[in-house]
Amino acid sequence: MITIKNLHATINGKEILKGLNLTVNAGEIHAIMGPNGAGKSTLASVLAGREDYEVTEGTVDFDGTDLLEMDTEDRAREGLFLAFQYPVEIPGVSNINFLRTAINEIREYKGKEAMSAKEFMAMVREKSALVELDPKLASRSVNEGFSGGEKKRNEIFQMAMLEPKLSILDETDSGLDIDALRIVANGVNTLKSDKNATIIITHYQRLLDHIIPDFVHVLYDGKIVKTGPKELALELEEKGYDWIKEEMAL
Amino acid sequence: MKIAMLEGLAPTSILLDEKELNSAQETLATNQLPTTRMEAWKYTRVAKLGKTKYVLSEDDTVSSIDTYKISSSATTFVFVNGHFSEELSSDEIPEGVSISPLSACMEGEIDSTNLVLEGELFNALNTAFLTDGILIDVDAKTTLEQPIQILHILKGEASLSNFKTIIHAGDFSKAEIIQGFFAEDADKAFANVTSEIRIGQNAFLTINKVQYEAENTSHISTEQVDQGKDSTFTINTITLNGGLVRNNLNIAVIGENCTTNLNGAYLLKGKQHIDNHTVVDHKVPNCNSNELYKGVIDESATAVFNGKVFVRKDAQKINAFQSNGNVLMSDNASVNSKPELEIYADDVKCSHGSTTGQLDEEAVFYLRARGLSEKSARKLMVSAFIGDVLDKIENEDVLNFTHKLLKDRFAWDFE
Repeated sequence: MITIKNLHATINGKEILKGLNLTVNAGEIHAIMGPNGAGKSTLASVLAGREDYEVTEGTVDFDGTDLLEMDTEDRAREGLFLAFQYPVEIPGVSNINFLRTAINEIREYKGKEAMSAKEFMAMVREKSALVELDPKLASRSVNEGFSGGEKKRNEIFQMAMLEPKLSILDETDSGLDIDALRIVANGVNTLKSDKNATIIITHYQRLLDHIIPDFVHVLYDGKIVKTGPKELALELEEKGYDWIKEEMAL
Repeated sequence: MKIAMLEGLAPTSILLDEKELNSAQETLATNQLPTTRMEAWKYTRVAKLGKTKYVLSEDDTVSSIDTYKISSSATTFVFVNGHFSEELSSDEIPEGVSISPLSACMEGEIDSTNLVLEGELFNALNTAFLTDGILIDVDAKTTLEQPIQILHILKGEASLSNFKTIIHAGDFSKAEIIQGFFAEDADKAFANVTSEIRIGQNAFLTINKVQYEAENTSHISTEQVDQGKDSTFTINTITLNGGLVRNNLNIAVIGENCTTNLNGAYLLKGKQHIDNHTVVDHKVPNCNSNELYKGVIDESATAVFNGKVFVRKDAQKINAFQSNGNVLMSDNASVNSKPELEIYADDVKCSHGSTTGQLDEEAVFYLRARGLSEKSARKLMVSAFIGDVLDKIENEDVLNFTHKLLKDRFAWDFE
């Protein structure tokens, strides 16, 4: 699905990613954990195409295409989805209107016909139910006046609507209470198939009780320094990151 | 005469009040064009108007008004370079209203003005050299089913049109006026327009004003509105083209229990300069005013907003809201926004605010990350921004026409 090789990225001249390697296959869920400042959100931003970051070295192959050569919207159209750590409020832009535009632009990109209004509304009903998002919220301005939990559920709702190949959840769990966390996890688990993949970026092990990862990676100082099974997350939660530093002699 | 641009212009033949003509002449004789040293003209240079040799063009017709018709159902009056075009105008006038070009009015038929002439050079110019105008008198207790539409077309080189609209909305009447300003093969032409509007007791008057002249034309307009008790006045000013545009909107609320709505949308590009100066003067208690002006400024264009709300002593229980928002689409675009409140009463609810900024780039990125092209993302956001104002326009024809102009001129397709 995605193969990241020796990825280096800088922001304002400061190197954040320092040779990151990661391969994610279809049907897999990967968790990336790491201390503050390790480069977790930078990785998400670079993959989504945020222009503040400069890639200085490395390659990213996304299902046979060179991801780094594409504009943000084309990455999305090829099936990459980023659930934002801080979803943006956009006053006056209706959630479902923009999603309809997005879906139809993606369809056009793929040479498919536009989705009918009826089909679209049926999909909105189905997918908003999946994340228990009030259909009224679905038609309001994007994230405006949403609570923290509603914003994160709206991210998963959009993910459900866009049916991406690869989803990157950037700290989607932070700020959620246990009920909202379960709803979000349930959404992700329901959408999981052997054709898509998910990268979960998180600080906390808690989410991984609900979404079981196939691999847990430790991102430290711009590189993945350790990879293990789901139990690694528990160990990190318990012991912090210092032991890894020692183990790796970093 | 001290102002060069006046040389060779023939005085008006409209039968205006003698005293007013004298007052206008006096102002012209003793004043110069405003300069940026004057507070009211600080951000708007009109010096180039003084350098142009204007002519009162006799050209009074166009081949078709199809592209200018804002509403197809309205009673329509067409003026080319300020001259009334009978053949392009509606034959029938609805019942309950009398409408006449000022050129057809007899002596004494045109009421004395509520327009300030003293020290107001453009009002004086308008009066002294008035080309023509229209008098609309809506009878008391009359509801006009269809709007009255006045279409103005500027044409030719350095044409000067001095035009006056007089509206009397009778007690308990309800009417809508559409004013459309256009240009056809006009080069450096200048529309200098005044409106005198009196709104009777419990009357409802709506004005939809669409300004779509050309990038090298000038337009200065002054609306003087007197609002009687229990009345509702709404004016929507949509400015989409015009090189230099200055709108002076002066509303005196002189009766209690009035509602006043002022909405403005302006979209600019090129080197356009658009200046909206509004005054709402609450002279009496128990009234509401709502003002919302929003602009999208691209390329090297500049916009000015100066909104003043007065709440006079003893004008208690006033709710006055004023808001101006601007989006700058380029590094060379600029805005001068000055919302002002002057309150002399102590039991009022007033607020004002002004914002100017660029489109939220984080929001553009968010939308693009969902698969929208950058163009679509920006369009959605501009549409949402200006939509706040366009939502206030109740007349579907005006709204559709506005959307068409937005598409034609800015390639903004919001529908």
